[in-house]
Amino acid sequence: MDGSADLPLVEVSDLSVKFVSREATVHAVNQVSFAARHGEVLCILGESGSGKSVTLRTLMRLLPPHARVNGGVRVNGKDVLAMGERELRDLRGGLVSMIFQEPMTALDPVYTIGQQIGETVRRHTGIDRQTARDRALELLGLVRIPSAERRLDAYPHELSGGLRQRAMIAMALSCNPQLLLADEPTTALDATVQVQVLTLLRRLQRELGMGMIFVTHDLGVAAEIADTIAVMYAGRIVEVGPVAQLLQDPLHPYTAGLLASTVHGQDRDRDIDAIPGSPPDMRRLPQGCSFAPRCPRRSAPCVTTIPEPRFPAPKRMAACFNSAGLVSDGPDVVRPSASDCENRSG
Amino acid sequence: MAFIDPRDRGGPAQPMLIARKLKKHFPVKGARGKFVQAVDGVSFTVRKGETLGIVGESGCGKSTLARLLLHLIVPDDGELVFDGDAVGSKIAVNALRRQVQMVFQDSHSSLNPRMPVRDSVAFGPFVQGRKKAEARDIARAILGKVGLDADLFGPRYPHELSGGQKQRINIARALATDPRMVILDEPVSALDKSVEAQVLNLLRTLKRQLNLTYVFISHDLNVVRYISDRVLVMYLGRIIELGPGGAIFERPQHPYTTALLASRPSMDPARRIEEPPIVGDPPNPIDPPSGCRFRTRCPFAEAVCEKVAPPLGEWLGVNSHIAACHILDPASGHSKATQA
Repeated sequence: MDGSADLPLVEVSDLSVKFVSREATVHAVNQVSFAARHGEVLCILGESGSGKSVTLRTLMRLLPPHARVNGGVRVNGKDVLAMGERELRDLRGGLVSMIFQEPMTALDPVYTIGQQIGETVRRHTGIDRQTARDRALELLGLVRIPSAERRLDAYPHELSGGLRQRAMIAMALSCNPQLLLADEPTTALDATVQVQVLTLLRRLQRELGMGMIFVTHDLGVAAEIADTIAVMYAGRIVEVGPVAQLLQDPLHPYTAGLLASTVHGQDRDRDIDAIPGSPPDMRRLPQGCSFAPRCPRRSAPCVTTIPEPRFPAPKRMAACFNSAGLVSDGPDVVRPSASDCENRSG
Repeated sequence: MAFIDPRDRGGPAQPMLIARKLKKHFPVKGARGKFVQAVDGVSFTVRKGETLGIVGESGCGKSTLARLLLHLIVPDDGELVFDGDAVGSKIAVNALRRQVQMVFQDSHSSLNPRMPVRDSVAFGPFVQGRKKAEARDIARAILGKVGLDADLFGPRYPHELSGGQKQRINIARALATDPRMVILDEPVSALDKSVEAQVLNLLRTLKRQLNLTYVFISHDLNVVRYISDRVLVMYLGRIIELGPGGAIFERPQHPYTTALLASRPSMDPARRIEEPPIVGDPPNPIDPPSGCRFRTRCPFAEAVCEKVAPPLGEWLGVNSHIAACHILDPASGHSKATQA
């Protein structure tokens, strides 16, 4: 780790990504800005099509050629968008690495686990085969794969889903990255295996002091692993906050709606408070706030103007004209019960 | 509310469906004499008007079980009794499918991409003998019931609809033949949370309005808790626990159910899970462990668990809470067995 402690590990400013084809232009990410510190776990929470995975992939420039990227992406002070192919190859797997949802498709089926991890280590450090194999073995131990010696020579299809995901984590950690990007790494796993991988990732992240950006659609998973949550909707970040505050006291009506509609111990005699409607078509986004058509707190400006981010309390952001606890521009809204609202009343 | 369905033959006390010792073993390609023991001797009942939830991890056989109930996969062994009539002898499979319908997880691949969705919905009543115009009227009415404007959405093709809308179409199609029971195989698992809640609310409303019985399969314990009256827990092709939802979730008896419940995220960063409740993955259903199939991951496994498969316990009636674990049986010889 370098000494620049006050420099954020990741700095994304005004990032927009669109996919242009003959038929339509998809505005996948729109003016997204966020930062993550060294050793911090930032969760990007959003539903399918919200732009969370595209945002994550942009940090490593893993986008298809027809993607149009604008804005700034800096990792450890380096401008990722200005990098050439050679610098990118050094960045990927070195400073930054990534784990994916489907380890079966992310791993190469014709090489053993040991060969794949060894190749990564050798590419970045130039050590010999035997040392690389030793390092691979050490990594399998680190991610707690039982009988690691035997698993080193296994092909991906010979491992169970949970072990494959651990092997992929081992490969991602092989060159001591400062930033680990995780794209729904537990979504395809069963409940009893998901919790094993989550606790493993949390422990490794703490022990190795990495920063981590973790993309998920699952509030429960975010609550287990995040320090900070950024909520995305229709390609924009609509709310950011420390995990406990955001879950207990959401500012943005979308976050509040998502919390209420996630089934966890609701009264069985009542309907769930669902958000009506469905997310907008990313080819034809509404003119104002993208959430306005589904929003219970909608007022006149929401339909015409995209709300600017507001910072009602330290570390908290919400892009909403009528968010809870903010000076309202619209009609009076009922504020959710808040225990720690002294910072937000003014 | 004395609503009597003329098709109700057995009366309210007669279970809607009884499954006895259902078995399905799939041969493994390229490995002679090897079988995936997908469903291995499963017995349970579905009461009229209830929602029976089935939970379990991938590979536990819950989807195979769902298909067995409709003979979409023909069981190797075992018996199905629908409203008092044995399926295959007293009631034909076709007649069963008139009264039992199914909704699948993948809302897109279960719709014909070349058919406007209103025709997909009308197809069931049409092949069951209704006139074309009649079937279309039924489709219109049922589209309204699932919350879709028939004029706006009916003429569209599946690719023109969102995931939630497609799942509403699938529900409409299942209901178009006026079934008494619907088997829902992971109906909300592919949906976003905000849409999942809408579809769950819709399913509950429809059940009330149309007097339906549900079998609801899911891997999401919170969803099953919310929607089910009784819950059935499967592990590697067998039922390991069965009982009223409240009892299963508040006082689980089987160590696997306990671990499954403890694996749920807490939704509270102050109470994060520090240690995983069990380690490892579910074993391969091709060569399942002998005796109790959970023993390879069970913290309480002893010699007896390897030798003897624990029975599911005694069925004392519809509110029985039963589990297949030697610890619960004083006569099993397990050292932790509760002494009566």
